[in-house]
Amino acid sequence: MKKVVFIALALILVIGITPLMACGGEEGETTEEYIIGAVLALSGHGSSLGEPEKQTLEMLEDELNAAGGIDGKNIKVIIYDTETDSTTAIIATKRLIEQDNVLAVMGATTSGVSMAMLDTITDAQVPLVSLAASDEIIQPVEQRYWIFKTPQTNSQVVGRLYQYLESQDIDEVAIISATDGFGVLGHGALVGETENWDITIVADETFDPDDTDMTTQLTVIKGYTPEAVICWGTDKGSSVVAKNMQTLQMDMPLLMSHGIASMDFIDAAGDAANGVIFPVGKLPVAELLPDTDPQKDVLLEYKADFEELYGEGSADTFGGHAWDAFKLVTNAIQDLVDEGADVTSAGIRDKLETAQLTGISGVFHMSATDHLGLGPDALTLVEIVDGEWTSAE
Amino acid sequence: MATWQLVQYLVTGITVGSIYAIVGLGFTIIYSVTGIINFAQGEFVMLGGMIAFSLIGLGFPMPVALILAVVLVTLVGIIFNLVAIRPAGRASTITLIIITIGGALFIRAVAGLYWGRDAVALPPFTGDESLSFLGAYILPQSLWVIGITAVLMVGVYLLLNRTLVGKALKAAAINRRAAALVGIDARMMSLVSFALAAATGAVAGVVIAPLSYASYDMGIMLGLKGFVAAAMGGFTGVWGVFLGGLGLGLAESLAAGYISSSYKNAIALIFLFAVLLIRSRRLMVGEEGA
Repeated sequence: MKKVVFIALALILVIGITPLMACGGEEGETTEEYIIGAVLALSGHGSSLGEPEKQTLEMLEDELNAAGGIDGKNIKVIIYDTETDSTTAIIATKRLIEQDNVLAVMGATTSGVSMAMLDTITDAQVPLVSLAASDEIIQPVEQRYWIFKTPQTNSQVVGRLYQYLESQDIDEVAIISATDGFGVLGHGALVGETENWDITIVADETFDPDDTDMTTQLTVIKGYTPEAVICWGTDKGSSVVAKNMQTLQMDMPLLMSHGIASMDFIDAAGDAANGVIFPVGKLPVAELLPDTDPQKDVLLEYKADFEELYGEGSADTFGGHAWDAFKLVTNAIQDLVDEGADVTSAGIRDKLETAQLTGISGVFHMSATDHLGLGPDALTLVEIVDGEWTSAE
Repeated sequence: MATWQLVQYLVTGITVGSIYAIVGLGFTIIYSVTGIINFAQGEFVMLGGMIAFSLIGLGFPMPVALILAVVLVTLVGIIFNLVAIRPAGRASTITLIIITIGGALFIRAVAGLYWGRDAVALPPFTGDESLSFLGAYILPQSLWVIGITAVLMVGVYLLLNRTLVGKALKAAAINRRAAALVGIDARMMSLVSFALAAATGAVAGVVIAPLSYASYDMGIMLGLKGFVAAAMGGFTGVWGVFLGGLGLGLAESLAAGYISSSYKNAIALIFLFAVLLIRSRRLMVGEEGA
């Protein structure tokens, strides 16, 4: 019994002291560096997206600090793994805010996990720049005072796909979406956007992204003889859909989401990847853009820097979303410093809301009513031909 | 409902069910000999696919790479038994089961570090042009899966029932002490069962990878499905797990086809729930016997 009491007392002491220690550490550190946090999917099914995001943040952190930081102070980026899991992400976010005392948080990588973090962020009054696609992350904007994001929204992506289908005189489509957060939110946008376009969904199927066979769902779809199929998921599950469609000799156009915008999709799907059309930011086709494109220089520079560090062909749009988030946050800090204002979370939030940035995902014009600030011109269509991305514009 | 759709659902169900059956076979072999439910079974499947991928990348001809992958995973199974299971000695079955969970996590983490977290594709054994069959389509690889499952099932059945090793395995399973009295080394039999289960798991891995993909975490889902197949078969005979796997594959495919794809993975869990409810008493009796 004595032992139990002793352990309980020791626990109380340890738990009681920890916040005190954290506070002590913070005061010493803020004078030397600006700390920002990131929660990224470094394992789990979102990991092929989270890895280039982490690499980008580390690269930019080094670049900025090598150039003297902001006003002589270094930037420190603390990155935690969400394991593509909502609970882990919330714990990591709390740790960033309460123990590491970050000024702002970037992440999460995927939509479902980002949505799960919103309450924690709003309660703590720290700005969040999400790297995930869903519209719901920043809407309704009245309830998303602290939330911003850098990737194009799902409805913009869907709009771009429907626009393409209309240009091809296609109006009957089948959709097949993943059962994870990314797929469910994409499904909502696919169904919701039919109001604005002359598109009818004739079959609506789902798949588990970890599943190894989607033939059954595709057989159902085949029975409705749609003119095109739209698959909404990240690379693993989408690659099985592409393979199974080839098996079933379904020759109609296969359109996919920006969730497959990494070379991993082509690695996993192999030959079946050919002919797949998907909308994506301009990075993958940067070389093909006209010189008048305002983003071209930024895109080529990021691509060159990233590939010098991590290898030829390694730059992708997910790293680009992290680039945008990092620049938005550090520019906000720079602006506050230039004005002689205190660098606080609230100050950064106000600066984010008026941010203008020529970034990787597009040209941002943030406002109080638009916490993304991208137009439809941020997206371009890509077709996979012989295992390579080519412009489908 | 068109006939070709039904045929397609059946073809898919049988292909996928065959895979579940091979994975389940590994669970059954180890359980029937040692009383352990080996939660690292899915990891043996994953290792089969990933090692085959690496060997092909190293320039080995396809058949050599596949056989070598199965041999290497069999070695992993033997090492796993020697390093993790044998030192635990006479520990209770539940302790040994927990050890296998730890082993599974360890193998998955090492695979994630070594191969990275991306999915990789394996080339099909013969051709990737699908064959037409009553309006449905089937890949040559699916025929390989079904054929290899059948051969494996018959092979393991003959091994267990018609050879001295098989009789020794069965004897150790029925009564360890009596088996020891007639000179059967129970530890050796445990080792053989792990080797056999690792080998069948690796075969599942190399045949399924060309159909979908291989990745470091593929063992979780396949392990679960294989476990359900084995549970439906009562964790005993070869034919039980064969029918369990096929039943699960067909039920999933037909439910996704005729009801809703949202129910596809719920089917496995419903089956598992039902089996545990009905068979729990029998399973526990089996445990005491071992």
